[in-house]
Amino acid sequence: MTGVAKVDLTKVRPYGDTMDDGMIQLGFTLPVPDGDEAVEAAKQLVKKMGVNEPNVVHHADLGVGYTYFVVYGKCQHTVDYSKIEVPKIDVEVMSKEQVERYIKDNIKRKIVIVGACTGTDAHTVGIDAIMNMKGYNHHFGLERYEGIEAINMGSQVPNEDLIAKAIETNADAILVSQVVTQKDVHIPNLTQLVELLEAEGIRDKVILVCGGPRISHELAKELGYDAGFGSGSYAEDVASFVVTEIVNRKLVEA
Amino acid sequence: MISKLNLNPEIIDSARNSARNIAEDVQSFIDVHTTVSTERTVARLMGIDGIDEIEKPLPNVIVDNIGEGGGLRRGAAYWIGNAMLNTGDNPQTIAERISKGELDITRIPMASEEKIRDTVFLVARETVERIRKNRKQRERYLKELGEGTQPYIYVIVATGNIYEDIIQAKAAAKQGADIIAVIRTTGQSLLDYVPYGPTTEGFGGTYATQANFKLMRKALDEVGEEIGRYIRLCNYCSGLCMPEIAAMGAIERLDVMLNDALYGILFRDINMQRTLVDQFFSRVINGFSGVIINTGEDNYLTTDDAVEAAHTVLASQLINEQFALKAGLPEEQMGLGHAFEMDPYLKDGFLLELAQAQMAREIFPDAPLKYMPPTKYMTGNIFRGHVQDAMFNMISIMTHQGIQLLGMMTEAIHTPHLHDRFLAIENAKYIFNNAKDLGDEITFKENGIIMSRAQEVLAKAEKLLKQIEKEGLYSTIEQGKFGGVKRSRTGGKGLEGVTTKDSGYFNPFISLMLGGDRK
Repeated sequence: MTGVAKVDLTKVRPYGDTMDDGMIQLGFTLPVPDGDEAVEAAKQLVKKMGVNEPNVVHHADLGVGYTYFVVYGKCQHTVDYSKIEVPKIDVEVMSKEQVERYIKDNIKRKIVIVGACTGTDAHTVGIDAIMNMKGYNHHFGLERYEGIEAINMGSQVPNEDLIAKAIETNADAILVSQVVTQKDVHIPNLTQLVELLEAEGIRDKVILVCGGPRISHELAKELGYDAGFGSGSYAEDVASFVVTEIVNRKLVEA
Repeated sequence: MISKLNLNPEIIDSARNSARNIAEDVQSFIDVHTTVSTERTVARLMGIDGIDEIEKPLPNVIVDNIGEGGGLRRGAAYWIGNAMLNTGDNPQTIAERISKGELDITRIPMASEEKIRDTVFLVARETVERIRKNRKQRERYLKELGEGTQPYIYVIVATGNIYEDIIQAKAAAKQGADIIAVIRTTGQSLLDYVPYGPTTEGFGGTYATQANFKLMRKALDEVGEEIGRYIRLCNYCSGLCMPEIAAMGAIERLDVMLNDALYGILFRDINMQRTLVDQFFSRVINGFSGVIINTGEDNYLTTDDAVEAAHTVLASQLINEQFALKAGLPEEQMGLGHAFEMDPYLKDGFLLELAQAQMAREIFPDAPLKYMPPTKYMTGNIFRGHVQDAMFNMISIMTHQGIQLLGMMTEAIHTPHLHDRFLAIENAKYIFNNAKDLGDEITFKENGIIMSRAQEVLAKAEKLLKQIEKEGLYSTIEQGKFGGVKRSRTGGKGLEGVTTKDSGYFNPFISLMLGGDRK
């Protein structure tokens, strides 16, 4: 019996059904009419992407002289997996009950978290999932946590209003949700909030967190946030970070 | 129609009766109030359009001028009519003169009320005739070109640029779409004015402007003639400008319009008094212009649980039905909303969705029900998403839904790419054809999961409606019974734009559209 080839972590490429075959699937549209030339154009484009032996398995006219393609091919590029480092939120995720106990033992007072969907964003699914009583996917939201006062300001909240609320309630943490990210509208909005907090002189006094399907921790840090949470994050992920950070940054004395 | 679900007609009647009383209670509030947006609509329908040098729309200019003079309670029609008599100018010129500071509309001599009315009705009748002609034009197109079969395939375009939208819309029509909705830019619902002119920038959508409506209408007429099928155009009334956008839609022959005050209250935090008054006039206009309205019950299930809150959807549909009837909107124009939003991992979830959709079909037999796709449980797993959309399409064809807003496999990722829409239409057309008559071939098991579920949801809706009837719609919303969202009677945006009418108030369009000859 010959063994199956082992992966070389310094040279990783896609796997279809054989180690190192490099097989990938692509779906895209070219703004040219369907036909032999279109298929050839798709092949040439895919080859330029470093994908050899492109196989156009499907092509269809989209009605306005554009063509949709499904293409398979063999990717020639590799990555060195052994050298990869991804910035991550360095905190141990606790359960709801553990967070509640942590607050009782280490903070010894109620903490206040203000959240909002800011700017023009009207999509509250993210902030609701984290903050509202009900939570999401059987993970209760912050409102239900003992020791946390969660204030969800809802959608389309101007950054100024969010800050005013944070000052008024003496908030420990601010959560900002950004779902609409077309044309990168979230970037200036998120940046402006940091600038306003700095202008108010309270940036150091709050834990500042953003979240949304297109938000990564890396991006959040880059924009001046303490943490960023992407898709698949639940209330306990955010709560664990906030309470740990309150203690680490010695913000326990309200 | 024979009930496949064994729904008790007495419970349906009782629920409907409660909904009627709820709507009547609110209507008595609506009847004695008006709003800035209602009056701006009157101004628009009297022919006022355009913007001033700081891009403020002239309907806002004139209504603000009336408001500053303390005249809003009498209505814009009265003041415009009086100014016409006094100056001999038409409404547009009057508005332009106000914007230049040449005229203060509440500070000119008063003509007799009778003369004012005669002048106003003369102008109003012209607009009403124009809208009637648009309706006839649609009927002619439908007769000559024909239309797709129900469920109509409804897709959205949302590039932010009306010209790019047109390319996407034409492609969608050629691929098989029956209705094109141009999604509005995020935040437009909270603007207390309607932007002007063709627009090429927006976020997650394109501004609803009259110029954009006109451009898209023309494009869809062209593509409709080319492919031999009338393509309906949809846009969104809900927000702070409900009746204004309805009026623009009537003038530019839109065919479908989202129209739901409850949606604005719950999901855009618009003041409930404001938007319920606005909704009435906007539905009168939609009704007269032959527009199919779409209500937003589907949204409840994005913030609340689709299994637990299913009865709130039915209760809201029944209330929306009564509000629509009050505005003269026939059932054939009521695209009452609901959605396929249950957790895909739920055991027998498909059966519960089927029960809900069939129940809505039986309770509103003549309404072109608007069925909304999965959104809440759509992920980046586009392949599973495509299957979820297929399950949703299957229910629609089995239960004869009227309008199918197609799910996109990239729902949770971006506004649809050209080929996302293509794949979604292919999916729907395949299933609609391949399972065309399945629904008529099957009956449900007596007291099985589907039958029991529908009966349970109906019973819960009836109970909720009885409770609302007792407490009133406003307090029900204050308690967070819809969508789990609480809104206060005096909270939210736009309350300052509401005022009580005085005894001399009149709105010519309500009487012409609601009372007049509708043929």
